[in-house]
Amino acid sequence: MSKQVIVNALISAVTFLVLAGWLLGISMQAEPGGVQLVFAEPSHLHWLWGGMAAVFFGQLFLPNLFGKLRSGVSANKPSFKLPSMDRKGGNLIACFVLAGAIIWPFMVSRGSVDLATLTLIYVMLGLGLNVVVGLAGLLDLGYVGFYAVGAYSYALLAAEGWGFWTCLPIAGAMAALFGFLLGFPVLRLRGDYLAIVTLGFGEIIRLLLNNLTELTGGPNGISGIAKPTLFGLEFNRKLKDGGFDTFHNFFDISYNSQYKVIFLYLMALLLVVLTIIVINRLLRMPIGRAWEALREDEIACRSLGLSPTVVKLSAFTIGAAFAGFAGSFFAARQGFISPESFTFIESAIILAIVVLGGMGSQIGVILAAIMMTVLPELAREFNEYRMLMFGLMMVFMMIWRPQGLLPMSRPHMQLKQEA
Amino acid sequence: MSLLLDVTGLTMRFGGLLAVDNVALRLHEKEVVSVIGPNGAGKTTVFNCLTGFYQPTSGQIVYRGEHLEGMKGHLIARKGIVRTFQHVRLFKDMTVVENLLVAQHRHLDTNFFSGLLNTKRFRKSERSALEFAKYWLDKVGLTEFANRKAGNLAYGQQRRLEIARCMVTRPEILMLDEPAAGLNPRETEDLDRLILELRDQEDVSILLIEHDMKLVMGISDRIYVVNQGCPLADGTPEQVRNNPEVIKAYLGEF
Ligand SMILES: Nc1ncnc2c1ncn2[C@@H]1O[C@H](COP(=O)(O)OP(=O)(O)OP(=O)(O)O)[C@@H](O)[C@H]1O
Ligand SMILES: [Mg+2]
Repeated sequence: MSKQVIVNALISAVTFLVLAGWLLGISMQAEPGGVQLVFAEPSHLHWLWGGMAAVFFGQLFLPNLFGKLRSGVSANKPSFKLPSMDRKGGNLIACFVLAGAIIWPFMVSRGSVDLATLTLIYVMLGLGLNVVVGLAGLLDLGYVGFYAVGAYSYALLAAEGWGFWTCLPIAGAMAALFGFLLGFPVLRLRGDYLAIVTLGFGEIIRLLLNNLTELTGGPNGISGIAKPTLFGLEFNRKLKDGGFDTFHNFFDISYNSQYKVIFLYLMALLLVVLTIIVINRLLRMPIGRAWEALREDEIACRSLGLSPTVVKLSAFTIGAAFAGFAGSFFAARQGFISPESFTFIESAIILAIVVLGGMGSQIGVILAAIMMTVLPELAREFNEYRMLMFGLMMVFMMIWRPQGLLPMSRPHMQLKQEA
Repeated sequence: MSLLLDVTGLTMRFGGLLAVDNVALRLHEKEVVSVIGPNGAGKTTVFNCLTGFYQPTSGQIVYRGEHLEGMKGHLIARKGIVRTFQHVRLFKDMTVVENLLVAQHRHLDTNFFSGLLNTKRFRKSERSALEFAKYWLDKVGLTEFANRKAGNLAYGQQRRLEIARCMVTRPEILMLDEPAAGLNPRETEDLDRLILELRDQEDVSILLIEHDMKLVMGISDRIYVVNQGCPLADGTPEQVRNNPEVIKAYLGEF
């Protein structure tokens, strides 16, 4: 084990301590003399040390382990094989994680499940924005606009009596359409200019929602949005969302509000899994490679016959579609939406998730989304300082780990033994 | 030999600077034609005009009877005219094979749903792309680096990868901008051989900008000399070598 690896692991662990320490390690108490900073309870500290150890040993051994696996493979005779989705080890771990994620809500409190559902929405948003920013390298600061389009599409269609599962693809398509239309004029811009214009578009969408009172209810938003049903079974105490029966009545069990929360969580999980699968496919498709190539060198892309406009537009559109899916689920879960939910700060948080996670890296984005939603919740007393902490976190990240928590590892063409 | 590319009166003006002035150029099938000239003569600018990166101020570019002036760069590339760059432009964070796959984009199955569902047709198209990439990696001797990041290759290897990346697009005209710059003598010899191989076995015509006179004189069928944007002379290597004006412009560079 080289010194480099140990140093790297140490740095990662310290970074973790600094990042999480703010949130878990200290708490504030109101005392007669004013607010006092004190060390948090031991239980919090245990988590902190545990996390640090996990990060340290993870950094220490994981690269080594994977390095061994890889070198073992590449020693063989070279002939090419496409990277497949079913890398055995990774798949097994993914199955375990998924199984854990499915069982987990049945064992914890309602509040935790609710928070986890919110986290999953951010995971979806992070993964979607990752396509635009991380893969295609287009800095989009108005991503929340597409999220809003998805949410309002669902809210308005649901009011007409449409079901969630019908609306979901429509909401995604609507957001994609907006992405496409907005993308057309702005994609000839680059870098900072693109960022500013997309920021503007995000705001325009919010202002439209605020002012098209006839359609969107203006600042009052839309309330009483129908919840999703399970094949027409509602999770409400009484029938109200147009389903044919309620869940507890159909299965003849007593009503429990927990069911609804768990159902929503599982749905979010399903959507996230679908998102991950789709993006994984995209990465292995010509279009996914073209996105990355575009991020790397637009001029070279052109010289090889790739149309930069088409490639950018596809990234913008597909990224927006994911925001649309997330938005419609968000509306369904909340039951109420207003322009308040779609301010610039949301865009900033989603972008922070992508940057924190490591541009282009899916697992990184998932971890970052969890961090960005769960940590502030665990340290409620710090709520007013949330933005300050995000800022600090980003600064520390940029200094110590500019490539993000888990930098991207793309699907590589594995060298395979010749038969 | 049929005429592939016929350029006449090509002029490019940057504000007050006349970078290319009334240049004419012809390229036939299976020919290696070089463009030489001192630094700042406007050679790269000619390339940029031909490949659609600049809009020439005036002049005609006719490729197989079709006018290319004003056409977008990626459309010209799709017609079969591709180029390398004076400063290597690889997709540095992508692997060597991925570089070659990106270049084959337009020959692949890009249907969104067949890719998403990983259909048989899609897998077949990807596999053949990979085979083709391997063919070219073998040719330029980079097979063992297939999964390296392109940015981590040695300079000479990056140059060869850039040529391979052009070749997998199945071009008709390959334009090389100073491919030997920064190569050591042995690598230059390999390059020499590779270029002739491309012409003789792969049926591409090559337009070459190069300062290495030994290379240019050795492999060119014809040479164009430009000086400060103006065409100075053209002809076989023998004619160009003995042209007094060329000798004067180069002040005995060879
Ligand atoms: N985009 C541009 N804007 C303004 N001037 C330019 C531009 N591109 C090239 N030039 C000018 O045109 C002239 C010719 O440049 P060019 O790069 O074509 O020379 P070259 O023959 O390729 O030289 P070298 O052998 O050094 O590569 C130079 O004076 C250069 O400064
Ligand atoms: Mg040049």
